[in-house]
Amino acid sequence: MRIVVQDAPFDFGAEAEAFASGRHDMGAIVTFTGVVRDFGNGGLDAMEIEHYPGMTQKALEAIAAEAVTRWSLGDVLVIHRYGRMEPGEKIMMVATAAPHRKDAFEAAEYLMDYLKSRAPFWKKEHATTGETSWVAAKDEDEDALTRW
Amino acid sequence: MNVLYFAWVRERIGIPKETVTTDAETVADLVAELRAREDRYDLAFSDLSALRVAVDQELTDFDASIKGAREVAFFPPMTGG
Repeated sequence: MRIVVQDAPFDFGAEAEAFASGRHDMGAIVTFTGVVRDFGNGGLDAMEIEHYPGMTQKALEAIAAEAVTRWSLGDVLVIHRYGRMEPGEKIMMVATAAPHRKDAFEAAEYLMDYLKSRAPFWKKEHATTGETSWVAAKDEDEDALTRW
Repeated sequence: MNVLYFAWVRERIGIPKETVTTDAETVADLVAELRAREDRYDLAFSDLSALRVAVDQELTDFDASIKGAREVAFFPPMTGG
Protein backbone atom coordinates (compact mmCIF):
# COMPACT_ATOMS: atom_id res chain seq x y z
CA MET A 1 0.00 0.00 0.00
CA ARG A 2 1.43 3.37 -1.01
CA ILE A 3 -0.23 6.70 -0.26
CA VAL A 4 1.34 9.90 -1.60
CA VAL A 5 0.20 13.50 -1.04
CA GLN A 6 2.29 16.00 -3.00
CA ASP A 7 2.14 19.30 -4.84
CA ALA A 8 4.38 18.19 -7.72
CA PRO A 9 2.96 16.58 -10.87
CA PHE A 10 3.27 12.79 -11.14
CA ASP A 11 3.98 10.60 -14.16
CA PHE A 12 0.77 8.59 -14.57
CA GLY A 13 2.26 6.19 -17.12
CA ALA A 14 5.36 5.48 -15.08
CA GLU A 15 3.36 5.05 -11.87
CA ALA A 16 0.87 2.70 -13.52
CA GLU A 17 3.66 0.65 -15.13
CA ALA A 18 5.62 0.41 -11.88
CA PHE A 19 2.47 -0.57 -10.00
CA ALA A 20 1.56 -3.28 -12.53
CA SER A 21 5.06 -4.73 -12.93
CA GLY A 22 6.49 -7.78 -11.26
CA ARG A 23 3.25 -9.27 -10.02
CA HIS A 24 2.64 -12.93 -10.73
CA ASP A 25 -0.44 -13.57 -8.62
CA MET A 26 -2.53 -10.52 -9.54
CA GLY A 27 -4.70 -11.04 -12.61
CA ALA A 28 -6.24 -7.56 -12.58
CA ILE A 29 -4.84 -4.04 -12.31
CA VAL A 30 -7.30 -1.13 -12.36
CA THR A 31 -6.15 2.48 -12.57
CA PHE A 32 -8.13 5.70 -12.43
CA THR A 33 -6.84 9.22 -12.81
CA GLY A 34 -8.72 12.46 -12.18
CA VAL A 35 -7.99 15.42 -14.46
CA VAL A 36 -8.66 19.17 -14.08
CA ARG A 37 -11.64 19.79 -16.35
CA ASP A 38 -12.31 23.11 -18.04
CA PHE A 39 -15.81 24.59 -17.93
CA GLY A 40 -16.13 23.72 -21.63
CA ASN A 41 -15.65 27.28 -22.88
CA GLY A 42 -12.02 27.76 -21.98
CA GLY A 43 -13.11 29.76 -18.96
CA LEU A 44 -11.12 27.94 -16.30
CA ASP A 45 -7.68 29.36 -15.65
CA ALA A 46 -6.70 26.99 -12.85
CA MET A 47 -7.88 24.73 -10.06
CA GLU A 48 -6.41 25.28 -6.63
CA ILE A 49 -6.58 22.43 -4.14
CA GLU A 50 -6.21 23.08 -0.43
CA HIS A 51 -5.72 20.25 2.03
CA TYR A 52 -5.28 19.58 5.73
CA PRO A 53 -1.63 18.63 6.24
CA GLY A 54 -1.40 16.07 9.00
CA MET A 55 -4.87 14.69 8.47
CA THR A 56 -4.78 14.05 4.72
CA GLN A 57 -2.24 11.24 4.75
CA LYS A 58 -3.94 9.51 7.69
CA ALA A 59 -7.41 9.82 6.15
CA LEU A 60 -6.22 8.35 2.84
CA GLU A 61 -4.43 5.52 4.63
CA ALA A 62 -7.58 4.70 6.60
CA ILE A 63 -9.70 4.64 3.43
CA ALA A 64 -7.18 2.40 1.65
CA ALA A 65 -6.90 0.11 4.70
CA GLU A 66 -10.68 -0.29 4.74
CA ALA A 67 -10.65 -1.22 1.04
CA VAL A 68 -8.06 -3.91 1.77
CA THR A 69 -10.33 -5.45 4.43
CA ARG A 70 -13.37 -5.45 2.11
CA TRP A 71 -11.87 -6.85 -1.08
CA SER A 72 -9.24 -9.38 -1.94
CA LEU A 73 -6.46 -6.99 -2.94
CA GLY A 74 -2.76 -7.45 -3.48
CA ASP A 75 -1.90 -3.76 -3.41
CA VAL A 76 -3.29 -0.22 -3.44
CA LEU A 77 -1.75 3.03 -4.70
CA VAL A 78 -3.19 6.51 -4.10
CA ILE A 79 -1.48 9.69 -5.31
CA HIS A 80 -3.27 13.00 -4.68
CA ARG A 81 -1.91 16.44 -5.46
CA TYR A 82 -2.61 19.79 -3.85
CA GLY A 83 -1.80 23.33 -4.96
CA ARG A 84 -2.44 25.00 -8.31
CA MET A 85 -3.20 22.99 -11.45
CA GLU A 86 -4.24 23.95 -14.95
CA PRO A 87 -6.89 22.28 -17.12
CA GLY A 88 -5.61 18.95 -18.38
CA GLU A 89 -3.30 18.38 -15.43
CA LYS A 90 -3.76 15.19 -13.46
CA ILE A 91 -5.02 15.78 -9.94
CA MET A 92 -4.84 12.29 -8.54
CA MET A 93 -4.74 8.59 -9.32
CA VAL A 94 -5.68 5.34 -7.67
CA ALA A 95 -4.53 1.88 -8.66
CA THR A 96 -5.66 -1.48 -7.32
CA ALA A 97 -4.21 -4.92 -7.88
CA ALA A 98 -6.30 -8.02 -7.26
CA PRO A 99 -6.35 -11.65 -8.36
CA HIS A 100 -9.65 -10.96 -10.14
CA ARG A 101 -11.04 -7.87 -11.87
CA LYS A 102 -14.26 -7.54 -9.86
CA ASP A 103 -12.31 -6.86 -6.69
CA ALA A 104 -9.94 -4.48 -8.48
CA PHE A 105 -12.78 -2.46 -10.08
CA GLU A 106 -14.99 -2.31 -6.99
CA ALA A 107 -12.12 -1.36 -4.69
CA ALA A 108 -11.05 1.41 -7.09
CA GLU A 109 -14.61 2.80 -7.13
CA TYR A 110 -14.82 2.59 -3.36
CA LEU A 111 -11.52 4.48 -3.02
CA MET A 112 -12.76 7.17 -5.40
CA ASP A 113 -16.12 7.55 -3.66
CA TYR A 114 -14.52 7.88 -0.25
CA LEU A 115 -11.67 10.14 -1.15
CA LYS A 116 -14.10 12.50 -2.87
CA SER A 117 -16.08 13.14 0.31
CA ARG A 118 -13.97 11.90 3.23
CA ALA A 119 -10.43 13.04 2.46
CA PRO A 120 -9.71 16.65 3.52
CA PHE A 121 -9.26 18.35 0.15
CA TRP A 122 -11.09 21.45 -1.07
CA LYS A 123 -11.15 22.63 -4.67
CA LYS A 124 -11.27 26.26 -5.71
CA GLU A 125 -11.80 27.29 -9.31
CA HIS A 126 -10.03 30.33 -10.73
CA ALA A 127 -11.85 31.59 -13.82
CA THR A 128 -10.04 33.45 -16.60
CA THR A 129 -12.21 36.45 -15.67
CA GLY A 130 -10.42 36.58 -12.32
CA GLU A 131 -13.40 35.30 -10.35
CA THR A 132 -12.86 32.50 -7.88
CA SER A 133 -15.30 30.03 -6.36
CA TRP A 134 -15.09 27.05 -4.04
CA VAL A 135 -16.41 23.87 -5.61
CA ALA A 136 -19.49 22.74 -3.68
CA ALA A 137 -19.77 19.12 -2.60
CA LYS A 138 -22.52 17.33 -4.49
CA ASP A 139 -25.33 15.45 -2.79
CA GLU A 140 -24.75 12.60 -5.24
CA ASP A 141 -21.17 12.25 -3.98
CA GLU A 142 -22.45 11.85 -0.42
CA ASP A 143 -25.18 9.47 -1.64
CA ALA A 144 -22.54 7.39 -3.42
CA LEU A 145 -21.16 6.33 -0.04
CA THR A 146 -24.40 4.64 0.98
CA ARG A 147 -23.96 1.88 -1.61
CA TRP A 148 -20.91 0.58 0.23
CA MET B 1 -6.06 23.99 21.85
CA ASN B 2 -5.38 24.79 18.24
CA VAL B 3 -8.41 25.66 16.13
CA LEU B 4 -7.94 25.38 12.37
CA TYR B 5 -10.07 26.67 9.51
CA PHE B 6 -9.98 25.55 5.89
CA ALA B 7 -11.35 26.68 2.52
CA TRP B 8 -14.16 29.28 2.72
CA VAL B 9 -14.34 28.94 6.50
CA ARG B 10 -10.72 30.14 6.64
CA GLU B 11 -11.48 32.98 4.23
CA ARG B 12 -14.60 34.07 6.10
CA ILE B 13 -12.90 34.08 9.51
CA GLY B 14 -9.74 35.54 8.02
CA ILE B 15 -7.12 33.30 9.65
CA PRO B 16 -6.02 29.69 9.09
CA LYS B 17 -5.31 28.86 12.71
CA GLU B 18 -5.51 30.20 16.24
CA THR B 19 -4.93 29.06 19.78
CA VAL B 20 -8.10 29.03 21.88
CA THR B 21 -8.35 28.63 25.63
CA THR B 22 -11.73 27.16 26.45
CA ASP B 23 -13.68 25.10 28.96
CA ALA B 24 -16.05 23.95 26.23
CA GLU B 25 -16.96 20.30 26.57
CA THR B 26 -18.20 19.64 23.06
CA VAL B 27 -17.61 20.94 19.56
CA ALA B 28 -21.03 22.62 19.70
CA ASP B 29 -20.05 24.45 22.93
CA LEU B 30 -16.85 25.66 21.26
CA VAL B 31 -18.84 26.84 18.23
CA ALA B 32 -21.18 28.80 20.53
CA GLU B 33 -18.18 30.48 22.20
CA LEU B 34 -16.63 31.38 18.85
CA ARG B 35 -19.92 32.72 17.45
CA ALA B 36 -20.29 35.04 20.44
CA ARG B 37 -16.91 36.64 19.71
CA GLU B 38 -17.43 38.56 16.48
CA ASP B 39 -19.66 38.79 13.43
CA ARG B 40 -17.16 37.04 11.16
CA TYR B 41 -17.32 33.93 13.39
CA ASP B 42 -21.08 34.18 13.74
CA LEU B 43 -21.40 34.33 9.95
CA ALA B 44 -18.98 31.45 9.31
CA PHE B 45 -20.84 29.18 11.73
CA SER B 46 -24.37 30.30 10.89
CA ASP B 47 -25.26 27.07 9.07
CA LEU B 48 -23.69 24.03 10.72
CA SER B 49 -25.18 21.72 8.09
CA ALA B 50 -22.71 23.32 5.66
CA LEU B 51 -19.76 22.52 7.92
CA ARG B 52 -17.72 19.51 8.90
CA VAL B 53 -15.47 19.11 11.92
CA ALA B 54 -12.42 17.06 12.81
CA VAL B 55 -11.14 16.60 16.37
CA ASP B 56 -7.47 15.62 16.56
CA GLN B 57 -7.57 15.00 12.80
CA GLU B 58 -10.46 12.53 12.90
CA LEU B 59 -13.81 13.40 11.33
CA THR B 60 -16.55 13.59 13.91
CA ASP B 61 -19.78 15.50 14.62
CA PHE B 62 -20.76 18.60 16.54
CA ASP B 63 -21.84 16.62 19.61
CA ALA B 64 -18.35 15.16 20.02
CA SER B 65 -16.38 15.81 23.19
CA ILE B 66 -13.31 18.01 22.92
CA LYS B 67 -12.06 17.30 26.44
CA GLY B 68 -8.29 16.92 26.19
CA ALA B 69 -8.30 17.56 22.45
CA ARG B 70 -5.24 19.27 20.98
CA GLU B 71 -6.70 20.27 17.63
CA VAL B 72 -10.16 21.07 16.29
CA ALA B 73 -10.64 21.87 12.60
CA PHE B 74 -13.66 23.35 10.82
CA PHE B 75 -14.22 23.15 7.08
CA PRO B 76 -16.85 22.75 4.37
CA PRO B 77 -17.77 19.32 2.97
CA MET B 78 -14.69 17.90 1.27
CA THR B 79 -14.18 17.87 -2.49
CA GLY B 80 -11.30 15.51 -3.17
CA GLY B 81 -10.69 13.23 -6.11
